[in-house]
Amino acid sequence: MSASTTQAVRTGRATRFVIYTVLVVFCLFYLTPLYVMAVNSLKPLDEIRGGGMLNLPLDATLAPWRSAWSEAQIGVQASGLKPYFLNSIYMVVPAVLLSTLLGALNGYVLSKYRFRGDKIIFGLMLFSCFIPFQIVLIPMAKILGILGLSGSTAGLVLVHLVYGIGFSTLFFKNYYEAFPTELIKAAQLDGASFFRIFQRILLPSSGPIIVVCVIWQFTNIWNDFLFGASFADFDSQPITVALNNLVSSSTGVKEYNVHFAGAILAALPTLVVYVVAGKYFVRGLMAGSVKG
Amino acid sequence: MTSAAWWRDTLPRLVLSPSFVLVLIFVYGFMAYSGWLSMTDSKMLPSNGFVGWENYERLFRLRHWNTAINNLAIFGTLYIGICTLLGLVLAIFLDQKIRGEGLIRPLMLYPMALSFIVTGTAWKWFLDPGIGIEQIVQSWGFTEFEFRWIKDRDMAIYTVVIAAVWQSSGFVMAMFLAGLRGIDGEILKAAQIDGASNIKLYRRVVIPMLRPIFLSAFVVLAHMAIKSYDLVIALTNGGPGRATELPATFMYSYTFTRNQMGVGAASAVIMLMTIAAVIVPYLYSELRSKPGERG
Repeated sequence: MSASTTQAVRTGRATRFVIYTVLVVFCLFYLTPLYVMAVNSLKPLDEIRGGGMLNLPLDATLAPWRSAWSEAQIGVQASGLKPYFLNSIYMVVPAVLLSTLLGALNGYVLSKYRFRGDKIIFGLMLFSCFIPFQIVLIPMAKILGILGLSGSTAGLVLVHLVYGIGFSTLFFKNYYEAFPTELIKAAQLDGASFFRIFQRILLPSSGPIIVVCVIWQFTNIWNDFLFGASFADFDSQPITVALNNLVSSSTGVKEYNVHFAGAILAALPTLVVYVVAGKYFVRGLMAGSVKG
Repeated sequence: MTSAAWWRDTLPRLVLSPSFVLVLIFVYGFMAYSGWLSMTDSKMLPSNGFVGWENYERLFRLRHWNTAINNLAIFGTLYIGICTLLGLVLAIFLDQKIRGEGLIRPLMLYPMALSFIVTGTAWKWFLDPGIGIEQIVQSWGFTEFEFRWIKDRDMAIYTVVIAAVWQSSGFVMAMFLAGLRGIDGEILKAAQIDGASNIKLYRRVVIPMLRPIFLSAFVVLAHMAIKSYDLVIALTNGGPGRATELPATFMYSYTFTRNQMGVGAASAVIMLMTIAAVIVPYLYSELRSKPGERG
């Protein structure tokens, strides 16, 4: 996405005014929910109940953040979101690394080696990116039980690994397709082995696509709710599930400020990644939508 | 064949095989198993008592399911329609040499990085009549102002649309913007020299050239709409009553809380078939048009 194309369309002053107005209005539309979460997470509960959701806090306090992180009642424990935040990390890190590694190897094979059925295999992997996960919930629950992984972080890692393979394979295959096959042929003639070619020729130039893939998998797995809600127990719930429990628990007073602080906590890792490496995140989104 | 050559030929397949086996079992094997369960009398646990199409017949007689389907139709149409329109307009506007584009673009796209649970939480309280928009506008002096869609059985589904559009429209904008940046400026200049007005230029020349993007956007949004689950859970939890129930929430509650696994599996199969009807032709044409070359 380069901004350098010369613009051919001439626009008058009135038109430009309208364009800028619309763009500013929509920027506000996209920003408001985040702003509302941020300012209200710093207010005492009385101040929120008194109205003025858009106002800056009069009496700013970090108490809601402290509560969301380590004190709030979630399920039966008053543990805050902290243990669930850690659960998410324990789940995300191995799942992302493994699915990226497998994706890189698969992409290498599917782009540089031809054999019978390779297109079909790629097609089957690609379609698996889009299935509604409802279709696998029941058998997955059963298999996790058989494997002894029910309600465990290891079980969730397996689930995310399996359903992450499709996308990571797609990323690497498309990236390696553009890599000159002649180089690989030449290395083969020189007697370089399969893994040596991968390690010495492809991997060194794979930086950008590794970043794209890691960010994509990280965002998707961190944000997952369905698998966490279906297969985790109280000790392995990821943060999305815990946040939902916190917000929707019907007992007691609704501590909006704590809910907002918790929501920001749950969003923080993916937001930070987006701010730091937004370009790669967008590339992943595009690769996920415009196939081929 | 020498053993070295045999090895060189086999190794790539060997490397691919663990992933392939995983996908084969966990995706396609599981689909088959869910398909089988949808034809059995499974209740709380899977059972192998074959009942034919009975679960499907029951499913389509259930008012609960029909509500979910109707909601999906409303939600899907509005979600796809509004995201596409908004994404297109914003992209066209952003393509006019806008000062601060580098700032605006990421601002419109960041919701896509959030979990639907976070989005749902934010909008749930923002739309809440007690503390949210209604209260804000009333505090501005419009004391009669009412906005309680989220509590209204007839209107609640539209709040799901609002939150979902907020999350995804920036992404559609980015897709269209990438498409616009790919159009040759000379074509536009030529059209303008011919005296075409801006609106005409976009309607007659530019927008038709974006056809592939419309298709991609439709496919992505349609499959996201059918899979929508988290957002509804966080925003309305299917309520008030069942007013915002969607197929995904229906499947979950029938399978895991109402112990009607057969019916739940049947609903999952319907969801899969609907998505397959959209995705398979798309993937097929995409894979064929660029036969294995470049991405």
